[in-house]
Amino acid sequence: MSIRKLALSAAAALSLGAGPAVAAGGVGEIIDFSFSFEGPFGSYDRAQLQRGLQVYTEVCAACHGLQYVAFRTLTQESGPALSPEAMRAYAATFEVFDPEMQEWRPADGPDHFPESAMETAPDLSLMAKARIGFEGPYGLGINQLIRGMGGPEYIASFLLGYDGREEMQAGAMFYYNRAYDGWVSMAPVLWEDGVEYADGTPATMEQQARDVAAFLMWTAEPHLGERKRSGLVGVIFLTLLASLLYLTNKRLWAPVKDAAKRKPKEA
Amino acid sequence: MSGIPHDHYEPKSSGEKWLHRRLPIVSLLYDTLMIPTPKNLNWMWIWGVVLVFCLVLQIVTGIVLAMHYTPHIDMAFASVEHIMRNVNHGDMLRYIHQNGSMLFFFAVYLHIFRGMYYGSYKTPREVTWIIGMLIYLLMMATAFMGYVLPWGQMSFWGATVITGLFGAIPGIGEGLQTWLLGGPAVGNATLNRFFSLHYLLPFVILGLVIVHIWAFHTTGNNNPTGVEVRRTSKEDAEKDTLPFWPYFVIKDLFALALILLVFWAVVAFMPNYLGHADNYIEADPLVTPSHIVPEWYFLPFYAILRAFTSDVMIVVVVNWLTFGIVDATFFGVLAMFGAIFVMALLPWLDTSSVRSGRYRPAFKMWFWVFIINFLVLTWVGAMPAEGIYTTIALIGTTYWFAYFLVILPLLGVLEKPTVPPSTIEEDFNNTVSKDGKGNGKRLDPEPIPAE
Repeated sequence: MSIRKLALSAAAALSLGAGPAVAAGGVGEIIDFSFSFEGPFGSYDRAQLQRGLQVYTEVCAACHGLQYVAFRTLTQESGPALSPEAMRAYAATFEVFDPEMQEWRPADGPDHFPESAMETAPDLSLMAKARIGFEGPYGLGINQLIRGMGGPEYIASFLLGYDGREEMQAGAMFYYNRAYDGWVSMAPVLWEDGVEYADGTPATMEQQARDVAAFLMWTAEPHLGERKRSGLVGVIFLTLLASLLYLTNKRLWAPVKDAAKRKPKEA
Repeated sequence: MSGIPHDHYEPKSSGEKWLHRRLPIVSLLYDTLMIPTPKNLNWMWIWGVVLVFCLVLQIVTGIVLAMHYTPHIDMAFASVEHIMRNVNHGDMLRYIHQNGSMLFFFAVYLHIFRGMYYGSYKTPREVTWIIGMLIYLLMMATAFMGYVLPWGQMSFWGATVITGLFGAIPGIGEGLQTWLLGGPAVGNATLNRFFSLHYLLPFVILGLVIVHIWAFHTTGNNNPTGVEVRRTSKEDAEKDTLPFWPYFVIKDLFALALILLVFWAVVAFMPNYLGHADNYIEADPLVTPSHIVPEWYFLPFYAILRAFTSDVMIVVVVNWLTFGIVDATFFGVLAMFGAIFVMALLPWLDTSSVRSGRYRPAFKMWFWVFIINFLVLTWVGAMPAEGIYTTIALIGTTYWFAYFLVILPLLGVLEKPTVPPSTIEEDFNNTVSKDGKGNGKRLDPEPIPAE
């Protein structure tokens, strides 16, 4: 918890409303980052999710929450796959209020991440599904089969979308964001080497934005990998079933159709 | 069951006879499954089976979802997230249920349009048509209430806008709206009753589906020619028909497998494609989304609803004639429900004596304009209600009503239809032999001239 973060929280806390929470759908410039979980065969990149968790913890968590995500899910094999010990140790860095003991205690596996610390900061659990980055072609959105809906792209573009313009409106500071295509109350939060990655990856701003966007996609859709795999199995199975039914149907109708073909000649 | 002469179930063993004397249920199942079905049904006749599948799918997934869902404004959104995260395969269940409603509507529209093109609503199948329209209406109510349950932003604001329509009725409107919502605004009472009704109505639909099937089993299926099956003798009837099992069951199952292939790919690879991102934000009565758009299957009617603004001539006239009681909003509501009502009246609005559109050259053209118009209304329903869009919506709405109230009644008198084949058998034989020539030289090859 640095002074910078506290200052940011305070600045953002002063500015009520007018955040991007109101608008779903990217109207501004959305950069089409490529993610490992796109397309029918996509799955999460474990190292990226762990880096994203780090960015979330060190940057986003100051204001935002993840109220629908339980700490225990961080051990998920197809997710960040922390070891149970690492997960517990991580959870213990958060405090939760225990309604049975009527007091605050360190969090454990079954507990959820805290809610947003600040009223104006929306919860991020589902943010990657609550935003649409692109809707093409022609607004039909069919290319989401390949590229996804662009939720994580929106998040990454938003984090990188500040062009430095600032404005005081009704006593609160607003920042121009190209991804939102308008003024937002959230200040820029990413800096070059703002975090120091445990795995030694250079922490460029873009790297941080992409990692945290991927992590937030996982928090929004933890079973994406399993879903896509069952999609593949289902598609293969149904192709087989449809082929067999096609042949059955053809054979079943063959005598009827042969008889019909002979008929007009006799007549 | 049907009036078409065919073989009936004969109990053979003593056990079968014992049961048959007490409850002829095997006979009922046999006659239902073996119903003589016109040979010449084309691929547009598969949607009925697809729809039954959809209904069963929605009921089964819905019952399991209801085991994990909590209909309370403070817990509904979180309980859906609980389903998506903690329930075994809960995310698949929910995505199947959500996209299943889309498949349901996709199929019902094609089913309805097939009926409209081939004149399936015409005598003696009016009752089948009316029941079908009731099912469609109940489907819309069920889908609307189901959409409110996840308690996202679009759920809440969709419910607010749609129940607001009832509030537009002069005099009783406000009281009616309060009664529907269980309070002055969409709240916990609304969510609870919507959950209750969303659980109930599918079973009412199931009952009506059985009556729908009963009705057309009594009259027999329509077919692409619109020519009736010969009922003079069993032999004649057999020339026109084949039993439903196995010929049409296998054919329908093949079609169903293909449709499910696409359906499954959507569920697994792009499950939120047809949803609204806003619904992943919990309902907030203080924050209105920038665009409140209903699900795609309501869009044509949403376009009709919004087409009538207070500066449209007919609205001005009606407003003046009713001393201001009917305003633009109420007019829009009347138009929207009227659009469905005129569909239900089809059997009496279509005056043509020829049943199938295949033999009505002028009708064909107007019908396809109707389909294009339907798609245009769907598109314009998704656009903001301003500028050129309201004009397009108004033109589309005008065509919708003109099609049912002017074009169809007049066409029956003005149009000169071509002559349908005399029997289904003739049509079937012609189609099959034409196919044979088209795709191969196996049978009766044409002599190929030497160069």
